[in-house]
Amino acid sequence: MTATPRPGDPVITPALVAEHGLTPDEFERLRVMLGREPTFTELGVISALWSEHCSYKHSRPVLRTLPTTAPYVLQGPGENAGVISIGDGLAVAFKIESHNHPSAVEPYQGAATGVGGILRDVFTMGARPIAMLNSLRFGSLDTPRVRYLVGGVVKGIGDYGNCVGIPTVAGDVMFDAAYEGNPLVNAMCVGILREEDLIRAKAEGVGNPIIAVGARTGRDGIHGASFASEDLSDENEAKRPRVQVGDPFTEKLLLEASLELITSGHIVAIQDMGAAGLTSSSAEMAERGDVGVTIDTRKVPQREQGMTPYEILLSESQERMLVVARRGREAEVKQILTKWDLTAEVIGEVIAEPVYRVMEGDQVVAEFPGTRLVTDCPQYHPEARESDEAVVRRARDVHAVPERPEEADPAWTLQRLLESPTIASKRWITTQYDSTVRTNTVMGPGDGDAAVIRIRGTNKAIALKTDCNGRYVFLDPRIGGRIAVAEAARNVACTGARPMAITNCLNFGNPKKPDVFFQFREAVYGMGDACRALGTPVTGGNVSLYNENPQGAVYPTPTIGMVGLMDDVRHATRAPFQQEGHAIVLLGENTYELGGSEYLAWIHGVVAGAPPACDLDGEKRLINALLQAIGDGDVASAHDCSEGGLAVALAECCIGRRENPRGAQVDLSAWSDVIPLRALLFGEAQGRVVISTPRPDAVLATARAHGVSAAVIGTVRSASAGLVLTVGARTIRAATAQLIEAYHEALPRAMQRAAAEVVERDPALAGGTR
Amino acid sequence: MKFGIVSFPGSNCDDDAVYAATETLGLPAVKLWHKSHDLEGSDVIVLPGGFAYGDYLRAGAIARFSPIMREVAAHAQRGGPVIGICNGFQIACEAGLLPGALMRNAGLQFLSMPVTIRVENTSTRWTALCTEGQRLTMPIAHGEGRYTVDATTLERVEGEGLVVFRYVDERGEATAAANVNGSLDNIAGVRNAAGNVVGLMPHPERALDPLLGSADGRVLFESVLAAVHA
Repeated sequence: MTATPRPGDPVITPALVAEHGLTPDEFERLRVMLGREPTFTELGVISALWSEHCSYKHSRPVLRTLPTTAPYVLQGPGENAGVISIGDGLAVAFKIESHNHPSAVEPYQGAATGVGGILRDVFTMGARPIAMLNSLRFGSLDTPRVRYLVGGVVKGIGDYGNCVGIPTVAGDVMFDAAYEGNPLVNAMCVGILREEDLIRAKAEGVGNPIIAVGARTGRDGIHGASFASEDLSDENEAKRPRVQVGDPFTEKLLLEASLELITSGHIVAIQDMGAAGLTSSSAEMAERGDVGVTIDTRKVPQREQGMTPYEILLSESQERMLVVARRGREAEVKQILTKWDLTAEVIGEVIAEPVYRVMEGDQVVAEFPGTRLVTDCPQYHPEARESDEAVVRRARDVHAVPERPEEADPAWTLQRLLESPTIASKRWITTQYDSTVRTNTVMGPGDGDAAVIRIRGTNKAIALKTDCNGRYVFLDPRIGGRIAVAEAARNVACTGARPMAITNCLNFGNPKKPDVFFQFREAVYGMGDACRALGTPVTGGNVSLYNENPQGAVYPTPTIGMVGLMDDVRHATRAPFQQEGHAIVLLGENTYELGGSEYLAWIHGVVAGAPPACDLDGEKRLINALLQAIGDGDVASAHDCSEGGLAVALAECCIGRRENPRGAQVDLSAWSDVIPLRALLFGEAQGRVVISTPRPDAVLATARAHGVSAAVIGTVRSASAGLVLTVGARTIRAATAQLIEAYHEALPRAMQRAAAEVVERDPALAGGTR
Repeated sequence: MKFGIVSFPGSNCDDDAVYAATETLGLPAVKLWHKSHDLEGSDVIVLPGGFAYGDYLRAGAIARFSPIMREVAAHAQRGGPVIGICNGFQIACEAGLLPGALMRNAGLQFLSMPVTIRVENTSTRWTALCTEGQRLTMPIAHGEGRYTVDATTLERVEGEGLVVFRYVDERGEATAAANVNGSLDNIAGVRNAAGNVVGLMPHPERALDPLLGSADGRVLFESVLAAVHA
């Protein structure tokens, strides 16, 4: 059979091809593949499948260098989500994904549908979602636009996750002008399953029916290319926003129905109709199974009149699944969906003939030979060259940056840093997320360096964290990539969990620019270095390129989503100091480093210098020492040093729990002669953890045994004592109330300014959905 | 004694309520499908939290018409214990099982945090083992929890001791600061006149294990257990 153009299809011109994002070479490749001119429908299908999002055409060769295996990895990259075994016949499925572009246009729906998509990626593996995380990057809170984006994104994430009933338990949020026009919204979902319930999105079994499940298909979210709806639809339709609209209620029903379907044994494969909708889900399932498929767009349940095959194939309507059922079980599948008030329609079948065929009734509207439509995409090896600007920035001597007069009192600097939105308490955000539903949250937002979720029926728990300091990656992509993994691992270890595996979300600019591709390649290499050193393979993720606007690209931000495993949940360790009289021990070594620090950026507006060195072997030893000390019951609290350095880490340990603060008496004189004061207090040397302990001798011995430097640097005091730092002849005092004010009020104050603006801008945020 | 936990489409704390009965109390529990007319011999009914029917239109407005709610109302009428938690409280109010209504939080934001509530009334199936003035800590997680009621009914609610819980500060005072969602008179939970139906916005089923931060919710479940056995 050969596909023929439909009446009314536009003529395929070079301009139309370009608008579909295909290069002349790619179009030629398509013509050769077909042996004829493509139809308009075929052009649409290929433009989606060969987009960066689906094909990884620029990124795949570099991604292949990442380590992806370990004995406990049950599913690595290439599926809807990665899966690792945690013993006891149980496994954890997890994945992170971006929704940057939609969130920039429509923050509420953009973020909400990002949550919806990643949830579906996890439950299509047969896993019940048990936790959500999100990694957010915004511009400066000084601009109303950014405050509007923050309000909308947070509400979008909250409303969706809260309604579906999955706790949002951790994440990371950073603010920097580099993200001004391009906020990053990365959502991670973690699910649990019995190993035997693991299901893959691999079409199998000739004659098996392909079933569209869940919500009906509409024209929302068709095609990124802006021209699409203008040329194809009525004028009214052309004005419809292209961002999809989420319905968390339907998602909840779809979640329950999907899990019921998977355990019923009536189906062989299931996949989310996510980006590029029906097109990518059907093509990817066919490719994994190395089978042909045929689909009839007339049979797809639609919620609008007169949709063309092009629109149906490329719609990104939310809350839809594509299922391959066992032949003869169609009625049973429908029965399960009907129970949940959802639709299920057979729209095609798995065929022996190696083709990807789309019918409209009895007309063939698209037909591609072979079963490898997605990987038939060309692969690119773009030029990679570091920009001169980056080299200059990195080489700058940041120790020469003159101090501001106010810095004469380092307590002033400390308070300003605690007010930096990147460092300040994120409680204004996290109280909008239900973090306790499902009753497994042992440590939620703000409790520790990572979230801890218990695993029912066992003594185990998993620890979860997202992380990435894009500024480090900007200044030195290889080192920044290493640090992103190392810090996420350190965070997870601070709670008492062993880092197991990561998922990643690679947010970069335009890969066709040599400096951007250099960042991408080096950052991925850096991640790979760290993953190999720390034994945390990559089980999947997502690439988001073209995060840039005329002002430039975002900081290269390879966000890491780390999963750790704790054998005994009773060892879950929090960040804040617990008890007066406990000794404060610093694990790791202070250094003479200030480059890339939040101090330089926030206090001086300087983004320069080399980021801190990352000794991966040292990080591994630190993690092992921490885990042993925690396992021995010697650690009362543990918190790593990150943005803001040692002084900020100590302050956070004191006042992280606003309702129950502590003070501390700390002596750093041992370093007063070797490290300048501001580097000692605010430099961001890696591989350091502040712990409090009733048994400092035992902790020091453990550290020694693992080859980790450790020193008792102080004592936990009552809150009334405040934070007192002695450095040689200097004594720096910060009152608890002032630290609390700075750390806990900064974000609410900034966002209160936004409240009035937000209500005016967007009625949906003022009322309506919750 | 058997717990019946109603599953509406969009309920998401039904599993947690099942765990409360089975893991905490060691009692059988069954999920009751919203389209069913059968309580399956349940002695105690839980209307769990969540977003029944997406809370579209208004929280609880559609769920109250579910077939199972007729049986729940009859069970309540017979004096059977019913608890409505969060969305379940909203549904119970919409169904007329409890006085009042829940509106959008005063700050217009969803609020997820631990709160302290004070037990105001122990003449209910769910607080019989509490002492008056006892303070309990448990999480809230809601966007529409601001309790409200018309002036006449408020007089009756306050006058007849139908207020079961109030939001209080750490010293037990019902201050404005402790009233996180702006509820009328700091009201966090109420009962019906007979005391067999109680509704509250905080989640006692999420406060059953010190590992999760609080076990203060146990006393509610232990109370109903004692009441049914009595």
